[in-house]
Parts: sequence; C-alpha cells; structure tokens
Amino acid sequence: MSAALAVRTSSLAKTFGAQRAVDGIDLRVPAGGVYGFLGPNGSGKTTTIRMLLGLVRPSAGEIEVLGAGTPGAIVDVLHRVGALVEGPAFHPYLSGRANLRRLDAADARADPRTSRTRIDAAIERVGLTPAADKRFRAYSLGMKQRLAIAAALLAPRDLLVLDEPTNGLDPQGTREVRALIGALAREGTTVLVSSHLLSEIEQVCTHLGVMHAGRLVAQGSVAEVLGGADAVTRVDTPDFVPARDVLVRLGARDVRDLRDAAPGVEALETVVAGVPPERVVAELVAAGVRVRGFAVTAPGLEERFIALTGEGFDVSG
Amino acid sequence: MSAVSSFLRLLASEVRLIAGRRRNQAGVAVLALVPIVMAVAIRASTAPRPGRGPDFFSSIAGNGFFVALAALAAEITLFLPLAVATLSGDAIAGEAHGGTLRYLLTVPVRRTRLLAVKYLSLVVGAAIGVAVVVLAALAAGGLLFGLGPVTLLSGTQVGLGDALGRLAVACAYLTLQLAALAAIGLFVSTLTEQPIGATITVTLLVMTMWILDGIPQLDGLHPWLLVDRWSAFGDVMRDPIFWDTMATGSLVALAYTAVFLSAAWARFAGKDITS
Ligand SMILES: Nc1ncnc2c1ncn2[C@@H]1O[C@H](COP(=O)(O)OP(=O)(O)O)[C@@H](O)[C@H]1O
Ligand SMILES: [Mg+2]
Repeated sequence: MSAALAVRTSSLAKTFGAQRAVDGIDLRVPAGGVYGFLGPNGSGKTTTIRMLLGLVRPSAGEIEVLGAGTPGAIVDVLHRVGALVEGPAFHPYLSGRANLRRLDAADARADPRTSRTRIDAAIERVGLTPAADKRFRAYSLGMKQRLAIAAALLAPRDLLVLDEPTNGLDPQGTREVRALIGALAREGTTVLVSSHLLSEIEQVCTHLGVMHAGRLVAQGSVAEVLGGADAVTRVDTPDFVPARDVLVRLGARDVRDLRDAAPGVEALETVVAGVPPERVVAELVAAGVRVRGFAVTAPGLEERFIALTGEGFDVSG
Repeated sequence: MSAVSSFLRLLASEVRLIAGRRRNQAGVAVLALVPIVMAVAIRASTAPRPGRGPDFFSSIAGNGFFVALAALAAEITLFLPLAVATLSGDAIAGEAHGGTLRYLLTVPVRRTRLLAVKYLSLVVGAAIGVAVVVLAALAAGGLLFGLGPVTLLSGTQVGLGDALGRLAVACAYLTLQLAALAAIGLFVSTLTEQPIGATITVTLLVMTMWILDGIPQLDGLHPWLLVDRWSAFGDVMRDPIFWDTMATGSLVALAYTAVFLSAAWARFAGKDITS
C-alpha cells in the first residue's frame, strides 16, 4: 500500500508551546497525483510541510517520504524532492542565476559539469530568462515565486512540494503555475501543493486534503471529498405548500422558502438525499405541483469546506 | 562526484558569497586602511618618541617591516575580532533571517556538513583579514620607509627573508586565535535569527574579555581568557623565537574551538528551522 504513496504520515503532530499547530494528521499523498493541500491561513499547512522536509521535528507521529521512514533516510531522499516552503527566499544582492548556482553548489549529488545547462533549463521553464541576471532584490513578487519554483526544478524530481506557489502572482502568473504543475504531473512527478485559495489550484488537483485548525478534516480524491457533501435541489413553483409536502415525504431536510430571499422569485431549496432527481420531479408533478424550474447543484469546495468546518474558507485558524 | 570535491565546491561557493558582499569588501578596505594611516602618520610626524621601551611603533621609522607588527597589534584588539564577529553573524543567523537556510537544508545539505562549511569559511575569512592587514602594512611601510634587514628585540639582525618567515608565524598564530573566536561566533549564530544580534554579542564578549584581562585583581582568571595571550604573537621577534606563551595560547584556542564547535553542533543538529 505504502509503495503507491509518495507521502504518508501517521498521527503527525507539532506543538509550539501551548499551540497545537498540527494535531495528529494522517496524510496520504498518492504517487503520481496532484494533491491539493488546502486550509485557511494558520491551519498548519506550512508546519506540516516543514516536518515532511526535515526542517521541523515532529512532536509525535511518523513520516514516510518516497519510502524513507527515518529522519536520516528522509534527508537522503530529499534530493528527489523539490521544495518551495513559505514563500521564496534568496540572497538579495545576488542575481537569480547566481542564487541558483549557489543552491546547485550545495547539492552534493549535482554534477558541476551540467550545472549551467540545468540552471538555464530551470530558468527557461519558469519563464524567467529575461530577468535571470538581475539582482534578486529587484525582482517583483511574481518573479521571486518563479525563481523559487526554478530552484525546485534544478534536478529531476519525483516529488514537488509547493507551499502556496501562487501567492502574490497575478491571474496570468497563477494560470502559468497551474499549467506548469499540470505538465510536471504528466511527466510523472507527484505534486503536493498547498493553498489557502482553493480556486487557484482546484482545477489541477487529483486529490485534496483539507486542513482546519491543525486537523485534516477531509482527504481523498476530488470526487470523494466533494461527493461527501449533499447536492442542493431547487424547485421553482408558485405552489409552495404542496411542493414542500411532497419533498418532506421524500425525506427532504432544511426546506427553505426563497420567496423571502429575493422579490419576484417563487422557489424553494432543499437537500433530498438518496432520491434520484427524476423521481423528485415525477412525484411533484403527480401531486399537481406546477414545476417551472428544477435544478440540482453539486456544491463547490467552498460549500463543502463550510459544511466540514462550519466556517468560511478564509477564516484564520 | 566524491565527497571531498563536493565539500570543496560548497566551501568555494560560501567563500565567494562572503567575498562578493559589498559590506565585507568595505570591511577589508578598513582593515587595509589602518596600517596605511599608521605609516603615513609616522612618516609625517618628525618628533621622536622618547623612552617608551621597545614597541613596534618606535622601530617603524627605521624599517617599514615594523608597520606590519604594529598594525597587527592595533587591529587584533578590535577590528579583526569585529570582522570575525560580523562574518559569524551572517553564517547561520543571517541565513535564517533571510530564509535561505530552509532552502539550503532542503537541497538537501546535511546539517553537520553545512556547519563544517560555514566554520571553515569563517576561518578562511579570518586568514584573509590577517593577510590583508599584513600585506597592506608591508606595502605602505615598504613605500614610505623601505624594507631591509630587521633588528630583533635582542639586538641581533636578521635578513628580510628570515623576518618575513617570523611574520608568517605570527599571522598563523593570530589566525588560530581568530578561528577560536569564530567557533564562539558560529555557536552564537545558531542561537538567534538576528545576524546583528549575533555580531554584537560576539563583539561584546571580546571587549569584556579585554576588560577582565586588564583588571590585575582577576589574574587568576586571565589564563582562561581567550584574548589573554593574543599579544604573544610579538614573541616571534625574540631571538630565538620564544614559543612558550604562543604554545599555551594555541592550546587555549584549540580548547575554545572544540568546546564551542561541539556546542554549535549540539544546538544546530536538532534545531527547528521555523524561519
Ligand atoms: N515557530 C512557531 N512558533 C509558534 N507558533 C507557530 C510557529 N510556526 C507556526 N506557528 C503557529 O502554528 C499554526 C500553523 O501555522 P502554519 O503551519 O504556518 O499555517 P499555514 O501554513 O496553514 O498558514 C499557526 O497558528 C501559527 O501561528
Ligand atoms: Mg503557510
């Protein structure tokens, strides 16, 4: 089982003083997938990532990265892991290229003879070639993010850990990063990408993990995580009372009268679990309800998140 | 690639990083300026310095070689230790402050290896500092006073080549002392994420040791202070070279180095990197 997982943790926890930053999580990042690690600011994403990369020592629990299970062994597999942690950080008075040279010189396994070509290729890949020889301090936030991603691509990687890679990027830059993640995943690299803005990464992910206050409140394939939420059924009809009776008979919960919500609307909304929509319509029509509109909407991740935590997504933990 | 060559590659990158930094280049200029100012000031002053015993200053007018010894004596009290303190502030605390430490460690660089490279780069920095002082002094002294056979403290004369050999011993001795200070600096640097805080702490430590070393009532403590035997580098000008104080001073320096490198390692090996 663990062979198919690029990252796996059991009861992983980290306490800073009295603060439980990460509170016993069982992460399962499948090999070859793109795992969206979501959660509001302060929910423990970066702390988890720091533990995976050996920067922070767990207070409890176990970690397995690319099959390596001990801290010493994990350091050894880190050369197959490209990482962006908590924003880009480089020497401000060195150029982007010189900064990459320095990181490459630090890599005991990197071949100095191929250093130049690998650095050029990584810079090219993130579209930073025109600014490669400018000092890092003169970079815009978007260029800094790109350089950090380039650093993660200096060597062939089996796993990329990208902590908020779209932070500070404009919509165009965000699209480019998404496209890059998609391309890398197609080449077989497993990607663990965190974000507090789900809309930025939702589209590229195959799997999701949702953090809230240090705990992993949902995890699985995108369909599994989203499927756990109930679809919302909306019926447009002037016959409110008979419609409600039919729906309640079918087991509907939380029937809401939308006539209060907006003028000119004659509709009600509810959740009917386990009944196929076509049967709901048939029953309504059979009861003489004038159905003028009917819609079943699967909830987005935002609604799912609110359902899981009782809070909006961007609430700080 | 072998472990040795990859280690040297990182060390070279580290030294390049230190040497490329404007602030450090300015520091080197200051270190070089001191002997030049000293030589020019002595050249300009005509008054003889009466009855102060055999210090290096009084010999300068006769031979530019002594500018080097006088400059070392002047700079070892503050400027050279300050240079080491500055570089050690950058070593770990500076990388932590800028966030580059987390990227170095995830490359990955093993923490022991990083600490070793950082320490050796500080020693290289100290050696360069000492060399800059001496070379600037010999250049300025040679230009203004000429270089020639050197009269030792006992009155015997030796050739310039012999004297330069003795100067090289003095440089090596002082580099060893600064290397011990660098070990303290590296340890302090693992304690904080503020490079300036680390630099100030190390500088204050040196100043405090000088002050304690100057209080006669504390002479029981003096042999244990790192700075106590720094001025013994002048013993290379005796005939023959008087080794005893420098030998003890070297042992004290090695002891300081061992203790503080161990402490730095103990602190850094398991530290949470949250910067
Ligand atoms: N070094 C630290 N010391 C104390 N608390 C910390 C430290 N790092 C993170 N925390 C706390 O841990 C929680 C999780 O933080 P973090 O992992 O950075 O969240 P995220 O990356 O999801 O925004 C936050 O409440 C934060 O304040
Ligand atoms: Mg974060």
